[in-house]
Amino acid sequence: MAEMTIKKKRPKNLDLKTIRLPLPGILSILHRISGVGIFLMLPVLLWLLQSSLTSADTFAMSRDFVAHPLVKLILFGLIWFYMHHFCAGIRYLLLDLHKGIDLESARLSSKIVFAVSIVLTLIIGGKVLW
Amino acid sequence: MVNRILVGAHYGLKDWVIQRATAIIMALYTVIFFVVVLAVGPNSFDSWRGIFANGFMKFASFLFFLSLFYHAWVGVRDIWMDYIKPAGLRLLLMIATAAVLVGYTGWAVQILWRI
Repeated sequence: MAEMTIKKKRPKNLDLKTIRLPLPGILSILHRISGVGIFLMLPVLLWLLQSSLTSADTFAMSRDFVAHPLVKLILFGLIWFYMHHFCAGIRYLLLDLHKGIDLESARLSSKIVFAVSIVLTLIIGGKVLW
Repeated sequence: MVNRILVGAHYGLKDWVIQRATAIIMALYTVIFFVVVLAVGPNSFDSWRGIFANGFMKFASFLFFLSLFYHAWVGVRDIWMDYIKPAGLRLLLMIATAAVLVGYTGWAVQILWRI
């Protein structure tokens, strides 16, 4: 009963148009969005892995598939999703261990996550796709 | 009074811990995979296939996929719990998610062990 009263008194603002999300918040929602993106693409990625490993012919076919500009763009986006999820995930593991939980370090570490994941995406995406 | 619901989080640390354990396994595999790819420099079907024909890489890749699917289960389930309020629909989506991920596990085994 006491819990119910407290819950009712809590002010909340869930109007997405008036919320200005700070960088760690953007990192957080992108962690979720990138996870969903990878989850949704799992069948395509498994199919691609399968055809690249079945025979020389299907390997060549999957190579042609990946060479398509639209596919390249999607895979590039997925590499960024993976790198963002990876780097932001490591940051969350450190936060779990109570490392860098003060506001200043949390802001700094989210900047580092964006910088590192974008650089990794450019290097790996560039190497693999172009 | 505790109201335990079927589609709730089961109020335990188990999934929380597994989410993190599988994340660490995947992170380690990612690093190993990139080192192997850099070392092998696969540019043909045979060299690409050779990576996964290796016993250790086959085992590690399987562990990676298992971790990926369990990790995805916890993450996607959390999303259903955050945004889908009707219990029936939430349960349906959870079952569909689990079913798809179990299917992917079988698929991944087939891909790896046919090599």
